[in-house]
Amino acid sequence: MSDIQTDPEQLQQTCLYQAHLDLQAKMSPFAGFMMPIQYNSITVEHLAVRQHVGMFDVSHMGEVFVKGPEAEAFINHIFTNEIRGYEPGKVLYGMMCYPDGGTVDDLLVYREYLANHFLLVVNAANIDKDFAWIQEQAKGFDCKLDNASPRIGQIAVQGPEAEKTIIEVLGYKEAADLGFYTFCDVEYNGERLILSRTGYTGEDGFELYTTPENIVEIWGRLLKAGVQPCGLGCRDTLRFEAGLPLYGDELSPEISPVMAGLGMFCKFDKDFIGKDALLAQKGGELARKLVGIEIEDKAIPRAGYPVETAEGQEVGVVTTGYHSISLDKSICFALVDKAYAALDTPLSIRIRKKTFPGKVVKKRFYQTNYKK
Amino acid sequence: MSKILEGLKYSESHEWVKVEGNVAYIGVSDFAQKEMGDITYVDMPEEGDDVLAGEEFGALESVKASSELICPVSGVVVAVNSALEDAPEKVNEDAYAAWIIKVEMSDASQLDALMDAAAYKDMIGE
Repeated sequence: MSDIQTDPEQLQQTCLYQAHLDLQAKMSPFAGFMMPIQYNSITVEHLAVRQHVGMFDVSHMGEVFVKGPEAEAFINHIFTNEIRGYEPGKVLYGMMCYPDGGTVDDLLVYREYLANHFLLVVNAANIDKDFAWIQEQAKGFDCKLDNASPRIGQIAVQGPEAEKTIIEVLGYKEAADLGFYTFCDVEYNGERLILSRTGYTGEDGFELYTTPENIVEIWGRLLKAGVQPCGLGCRDTLRFEAGLPLYGDELSPEISPVMAGLGMFCKFDKDFIGKDALLAQKGGELARKLVGIEIEDKAIPRAGYPVETAEGQEVGVVTTGYHSISLDKSICFALVDKAYAALDTPLSIRIRKKTFPGKVVKKRFYQTNYKK
Repeated sequence: MSKILEGLKYSESHEWVKVEGNVAYIGVSDFAQKEMGDITYVDMPEEGDDVLAGEEFGALESVKASSELICPVSGVVVAVNSALEDAPEKVNEDAYAAWIIKVEMSDASQLDALMDAAAYKDMIGE
């Protein structure tokens, strides 16, 4: 059923590709797509989202519809979080895991207003892998799968002025009534538009799913209204400050949700693929844990740099690091041996030829501002 | 279009060299600072450190990436531009005013291997 083929020779383009070129964005390959990294400055775009409003082309993300009498039972079988009892219009975050607890992907599950209908939103880089995994696991369940990724575009409108923007520019008064992690169905040009109060920035905001044609038109209207276009560069700095993981860095087939500190999104009073392995990890069989580390210098810990004890023993590795734009501190996520994961543990980062002392801090570096 | 100053020497890795007697001021070109974007940190050696032509002597960090600084000449670091510690954005503002290190050269003939402004202009192809 999947008709997406990732030809290594040919990067895919989102429906907004021409819009990015028109804005002279700095483009770069990401997850098999040619994507905008920045339009003028990562710092300017980052601060627009923290202080006002910004918009992202996230049309590369994957959308899989699941429907049928056993759709709920099936999703609950592959999803770490618990969707039973979740009302229509709600969105739930969680992961899919392999039997050994390694992560297939992290994703959003939307319970649609139609009974027995669900939408899964997965990472762009994983669309083919995920869909193959989902199809394989769905054998024996009475449900239908539809990888709709090529037919759906997506824009994220994020920041404290996002609600005002959605209402004033697009006219969706419904936005005011949506709580965080809920959605409603509206229409745009007679087509369905999913208006979802979700995001990946640590700020309030919305994600809009609709046809590629609609997305191009909406992008143009938001741009004309003065909304700052934002690239993947600041998407990463924003999500990082908010303590949100990126698949490939903080989650992977080798990094389980429990290792990544995401155990709260795994519900162990139900069955799901990978549960036994994750339970064992929770019970102590865990070699490494993801922590936050802050260093006392402006040097920047980057992915792959070694983490050391004061005595110079290597005990971990950086997964993502920045000089935080909002906090003016050099901070990182790192996978470290469990014995060194407690808050305030002194740990150093080796950056090129020098070693910079620091300590373990909470992973949520920035106080998030979600709509209650 | 990036600014290229006449009278300076340029390396393939986008460092510039300004020679005064036996001392070389070393920085990065306007083209390099534009490619990097907002520079947030300059990692510099210390006064008295030995540097070797073709080897790393520090790095520039932008929000997204870090880029090694490669020394165009060998010698001893006689000064570092400490103003860049607190104001790395000076490299973005004027890449040719923001020298990074001053090197007492041990072999001035190494300058012959570098490009002049015209050759550097050809190389970046703008």
